[in-house]
Amino acid sequence: MKKFSNTYIFIFSSVMVILVAAILSTAAMVLQPIQKRNIEVEKKKNILASISIESDRSNAVTLYDKYVSNSYVVNASGEVIEELVAFDVDMKKEIRKPVGERALPVFIGILEDGKEKFVVPVEGKGLWGPIYGYVALSDDLTSIFGTNFDHDGETPGLGAEINTDWFQEQFIGKKIFDEAGNFISIDVVKGKADPQSLNEVDAISGGTITSNGLEAMLYDCLSCYEIYFKNQKTKKDE
Amino acid sequence: MSDKEPLFSTRNIKLLTNPLNDENPITVQVLGICSALAVTAKLKPSIVMAISVVVVMAVSNVVISLVRKRVPPRIRIIVQLTVIASMVILVDQFLKAFAYDVSRQLSVFVGLIITNCIIMGRLEAFALGNKPWPSFLDGVGNAAGYGVILIIVGFFRELLGSGELLGYPVLEKIGLYNIGYEDNGLMILSPMALITVGIIIWVQRYKNRILIEDK
Repeated sequence: MKKFSNTYIFIFSSVMVILVAAILSTAAMVLQPIQKRNIEVEKKKNILASISIESDRSNAVTLYDKYVSNSYVVNASGEVIEELVAFDVDMKKEIRKPVGERALPVFIGILEDGKEKFVVPVEGKGLWGPIYGYVALSDDLTSIFGTNFDHDGETPGLGAEINTDWFQEQFIGKKIFDEAGNFISIDVVKGKADPQSLNEVDAISGGTITSNGLEAMLYDCLSCYEIYFKNQKTKKDE
Repeated sequence: MSDKEPLFSTRNIKLLTNPLNDENPITVQVLGICSALAVTAKLKPSIVMAISVVVVMAVSNVVISLVRKRVPPRIRIIVQLTVIASMVILVDQFLKAFAYDVSRQLSVFVGLIITNCIIMGRLEAFALGNKPWPSFLDGVGNAAGYGVILIIVGFFRELLGSGELLGYPVLEKIGLYNIGYEDNGLMILSPMALITVGIIIWVQRYKNRILIEDK
């Protein structure tokens, strides 16, 4: 076997590392705009799904422009923060901040019925990793119009069921405020949810930790919007 | 090439075809099982995974074979890993840009191609000692042997577990559900992938008696 000197080994590895770094960073730079666009389209698709509009990668952008008429960022006291763009807010970062400092995006969708739907992002923890999604409220700002949940790596057949239709359809029509106007969020109930109840949905059997995580996520994220929702409601009632 | 061997000599063809059957990395050498279980719940990710592994393996084999005389043996494993890892990152970036949905389904498993023992094994056992062209064939052959099993497993798991093929509802169209058939949910979970691989091994050994070990 040929002998290689230490100097040779050092030079060999340095050249290799520099070469590899150059190739990879070029690839990353060239492909980044396309990847960014993909992520944007995915986000638009998810927002549309929460107001029950089916879209695919090709028409998501057009449909988004058609149905989502307005979006802005509010803070926990319900005031609009002018300088931020709702679509660019990264919820993953926001949920780590204290409630008072969070930027809270609101997307307003108007469907064929002409009524406003208020879509807000939610973000939380499942069993194995993050769970996230969008909750759309009807124009009474109390009942849920639709939801769209997804996850990175929950157990298939158990926790992963949160992104299925049967699970998400349960939320439709549930109320996050009781009759007195107090914030009650949604209860994800182990066993059988009471069909008469305003805010109970069935948890997933075998997916208890994911279900609990989802309940906590809804409570944490929706409660930040409590004042905003109430303000909007008073505005509507006037 | 000094020995003037034709590009597709019998020996070279063997490099390509052996891994498909007698030396199959999954069913005979039992390598790369982890990803074979993880990505085969549906046919489409299985196919994409198979193609990705073919690309990574062929290119890494050629690259390593090209530099084989210049790689200091003391750091050869590091060099192999660097080559594989860069290839995998490139493939991952391409998938994210051009096949976003599939890349989401494959999630971490594209990254885990790096740890696929088949690839390291072929670099170490073959590419370090052979010329680029045979190394290329060896890479494609072994990756294809891996990919074929992935696709077979993915085919059965999607068909029996979700009643679809590439998202097309086959069983519904031929009316199986009307006569009381139901999808087998167990097929979607990873244990059934292992059992499916087991059945493939069984069938293969039944057909090909050379593979049966002496007692």
